[in-house]
Amino acid sequence: MNCDEARILIHGHSDGELETTQEREIEMHIQSCPNCARVLQNISNQREAIVEGATYFKASPVLKRRIQAALPRQQQVPVPLLEIGRPWRSAVQAFVAIVCVLALTWSVVKLETISTETDRIGEEVVASHVRSLMATHLTDVASTDQHTVKPWFNGKVDFSPSVVDLASEGFPLIGGRLDYIDRRPVAVLIYQRRQHFINLFIWPVDGKADQAPAARTYRGYHVVHWTQSAFDFWAVSDLNQKELEDLTQLLWAPKKH
Amino acid sequence: MSRFESTVLPHMDAAYNLARWLTGNDHDAQDLAQESTLRAYRFFGTFRDGDSRAWLLKIVRNTCYTWLKKNRARETFDEFDEELHSADNPLAGGEIVLRNSDRNVFNSALEELPPEFREMIVLHELEGLSYKEIAEIAEIPIGTVMSRLARARERLRENLARRIKRGITT
Repeated sequence: MNCDEARILIHGHSDGELETTQEREIEMHIQSCPNCARVLQNISNQREAIVEGATYFKASPVLKRRIQAALPRQQQVPVPLLEIGRPWRSAVQAFVAIVCVLALTWSVVKLETISTETDRIGEEVVASHVRSLMATHLTDVASTDQHTVKPWFNGKVDFSPSVVDLASEGFPLIGGRLDYIDRRPVAVLIYQRRQHFINLFIWPVDGKADQAPAARTYRGYHVVHWTQSAFDFWAVSDLNQKELEDLTQLLWAPKKH
Repeated sequence: MSRFESTVLPHMDAAYNLARWLTGNDHDAQDLAQESTLRAYRFFGTFRDGDSRAWLLKIVRNTCYTWLKKNRARETFDEFDEELHSADNPLAGGEIVLRNSDRNVFNSALEELPPEFREMIVLHELEGLSYKEIAEIAEIPIGTVMSRLARARERLRENLARRIKRGITT
């Protein structure tokens, strides 16, 4: 690989978006080319500077209310009517009705087979995440100090969740919250990454074996679930999957200091 | 709360931010964010479970580009040049040193990019989206996301360097 070939790929490398083979080739090139090593450094410096220096324009509460109020009152999504001549209409309608019934039956059967216990909790966790962001009830205790957040849970839940601040890793802790998942009170820690919030749900599961993190997606939210030392962990965010997994790795395999 | 509200409304900041960066002003961005959300509502029947933020942003982007073509025709489609043809990579230069008073320089250097490049920086660096998500929003292949982002960063660096050299910060 020469510098010209590396000129675009180096961006994919810097963003962690390359496949293994390309990744290996570009790494070899960068190690032998001080010029491209400087380009790589400049890319990441500039990215940090932009994230810090350029404005993320948030929608004002007024705009949010205006948009919500502008939505049509009835909650059903309108379905375009088929424009069909009269003689055919009833036959087509009957056919559509039969197809709908069949599709519905099929989807119910399918739903029953795939909707496992895990999926049900996953959906619950996502719903809670969405609610926490919409109702401006993200945190019950807002603090970046793990020594404030941890004791706050005393007497509110019958377990003591481990609370770590990961600000030095780019995931500052911003607070904690009580929530209710799977018919029990649970502890929620809230981390932030740029404009994104990550809700980390924690509750004890006695006697359950450790289970490595597994990623899922519900309604467009990335969810990672794992079990460690008899605690269930669910991390939810609209952050991209890779960065959510980075956070998971920090929590799942904490660095030994 | 309807399924639409819980799926789409949490992404209002993302919708407004993209519209704000593409239009360059608050007033039109508000209107376009609202128009896009209503359009999303009408087409919600076509949304299959998946990434609702990318789905909404695709609608926001389309709405903004229609607006740009009508209102900013010249700015939009003249200077967009996908190729990397300059001999020197601007990113190979020495460190750019900024003073505290230069903070506005980032916004104005980014505004100066053609929208096709500007949106890459906004979606990737500010919104934190992956190449795959951006490919879906801009309806281009993932490889094009990488090359366009590369070009955008190089031009952004040129803009930054030029502004700092001339001492222009706004």
